[in-house]
Amino acid sequence: MGYIIDREQFGKLFSYWQREYEIWAPKRFVGGGRFSDTDAVRYAVVKDPDEIEFEEKSAYSWKETVLPPSETLFYFTQTHVEEAEAPKKKRLVFLRSCDLAAVRRMDQIYLQNGAPDYYYDRKRKDLAFVMIGCPKSCENGFCVSMESNMSDNYDVSLDLVNGEYRLDVRRDDWDAFLAESGAEKAEISPSRVSENKVKVHVPENLTYEVGKSSMWNQYDKRCINCGRCNFVCPTCTCFTMQDLYYDANGNVGERRRVQASCMVDGYTDVAGGASYRKKNGERMRFKTLHKVLDFKERFGYQMCVGCGRCDDICPEYISFSNIINHLEEGMKEVENDGSRK
Amino acid sequence: MDINTKDLKKNAFRVTKVRGITSSRIRVPGGLLKAEYLGKIQEIAEKYGNGTVNLTSRQGFEIPGIPFEKIPEVNQALQEIIDGTGVNQTGKERGEGYPASGTRNVSACVGNRVCPYACYDTTALAQKIEKVIFPDDLHVKIVLTGCPNDCQKVRMGDIGIMGMTEPQLDPERCISCGACIKACRSKSVDALTKVHFRPERDSYKCIGCGECVNACPNLAWTRSQKKYYRVTLLGRTGKKNPRMGVDFIKWADEDSIIQIIKNTYDYVRHYINPDSPGGKEHIGYIVDRTGTEEFLRWALKDVHLPDIAEVYTPLNWNGIEYAHNKYFGNQRYHEDGTIVTDFSEDKPKR
Repeated sequence: MGYIIDREQFGKLFSYWQREYEIWAPKRFVGGGRFSDTDAVRYAVVKDPDEIEFEEKSAYSWKETVLPPSETLFYFTQTHVEEAEAPKKKRLVFLRSCDLAAVRRMDQIYLQNGAPDYYYDRKRKDLAFVMIGCPKSCENGFCVSMESNMSDNYDVSLDLVNGEYRLDVRRDDWDAFLAESGAEKAEISPSRVSENKVKVHVPENLTYEVGKSSMWNQYDKRCINCGRCNFVCPTCTCFTMQDLYYDANGNVGERRRVQASCMVDGYTDVAGGASYRKKNGERMRFKTLHKVLDFKERFGYQMCVGCGRCDDICPEYISFSNIINHLEEGMKEVENDGSRK
Repeated sequence: MDINTKDLKKNAFRVTKVRGITSSRIRVPGGLLKAEYLGKIQEIAEKYGNGTVNLTSRQGFEIPGIPFEKIPEVNQALQEIIDGTGVNQTGKERGEGYPASGTRNVSACVGNRVCPYACYDTTALAQKIEKVIFPDDLHVKIVLTGCPNDCQKVRMGDIGIMGMTEPQLDPERCISCGACIKACRSKSVDALTKVHFRPERDSYKCIGCGECVNACPNLAWTRSQKKYYRVTLLGRTGKKNPRMGVDFIKWADEDSIIQIIKNTYDYVRHYINPDSPGGKEHIGYIVDRTGTEEFLRWALKDVHLPDIAEVYTPLNWNGIEYAHNKYFGNQRYHEDGTIVTDFSEDKPKR
């Protein structure tokens, strides 16, 4: 059911949600940006509706609500293991269509790719989603190309237009709450992006052969392997394990899992000191082909949702969408090389 | 031609090597001005000067080739620029140009309006300091730089202000990539070590440059809400005893700096050599005369430093000593390469 409510009514709805949920949303951290006198917008718990950042895109994605950068799984002594506590409250996540599409990718990896991941699952089952409408495309997003602009699996959609909160409510209990509180009913569908400035095309003939193209070489030097593109990505799921010992004899401690990046040194280190992808161009190739080829081969749909955060944050102005659009040329290059041989 | 050169200099005009020709010196606090004033400067240079403009070493402009008799007209034309750059004219009528020239233009690097390394808005602080100290005839050089890279070379000024940030770690956002540790080691003072997979900061070593914050891919490191500064003292150039400014306070705040600057003016007014040539004396030389302790007694009056601040004790003076031979006796050599031990028996080689 659709509703149009004002700030006061939204405040009541927010409080109603808070009884059951911890509310996660893009939040502005004034002065919290990388550079002096800049802000950061990223996911955090919000206590008040006005803390939600509706305008500026969150630099980091929704995934932190369920996959924190660092998470303690359990504590151990010589003979005992104690599981870290699960969050006490359910979580209601404010996110946009691209991120909502990313939820499906995250579920794919953590729940449907072999045995479900226990620590993911225990949080994921208590998530609910408020989809914030997108009246216009963000600068670097290419959600239309990646078909993530039409996500529909929300519990409620929300557009904030001239102080009016326009809701499309899919949950009966929330519907009842709004109906009882006398909210004005209306036909509401969330605003959608229908065209982005950035368009990408993943070539139909794409194969791993493109890895032999010279297109990756430029990134050996251009990329600084900082991993920002991975850490902001709503579909990057990699983590590494850390066993942290509190004492010198190594008997007591905790095990954490920590987000990992296929661009950062150490990702492919193996026993004996070898490392599979040393050059940054090779890492870029691996990341790209995982996002737009490997995942699709395994699960039948694209991994990248086109949120464009990797482009937004790259300090070296490397554009992932530009890389995707060069795959066609890369394929031509390797096919021509093949025909000459 | 009868010209009071003392008044002329005080009015920010120069006595040049060409008789009857002066140049006009324009202050630009913090080195930032609206582009429209460049047009005004061009207009003055072409109408009254020789059509050229000099970019000065302290971020001002100097318009050369102006005949003395044009000074009143140039002063009229300067008014717009003086207003636009926010320069005080206390005690002077409008249209009469700059009321003083002793206190030098407060110079600053480009700062955090542009530079990703800068830890504060150097332009804004320079303009604020300008308002506090100008006009004044005392020869004081204040220099601001955004970070410990010190592109503006604050250690060449009497009072140097270097931006700092106190890095804040949110350990839960750290993904152990090691970028901060690498950046600190290769670009700064190696103040970070990995402890339990996460960086630990040695606050004694840390110079607050913010390289760790810039390097962190996940905003685990962020900048302190409060801005901090390293204050350096009494750098000087010149013919006697040039030296780099020395560290005075680490982690000072803006209010303390403003008070220290005011205090320094009081001190100089009290102790300046009344016979100093042109009424100019580098503060460093005054401090050499009164002793550091007396200067510090004045400089720190009514200054309330933040808890984190460290005052360097004692101040570590150093520097180039041109008169080194006078005090220590330099080495000289005979024709055959043996060392001259008795200076009375030989003259220095030319």
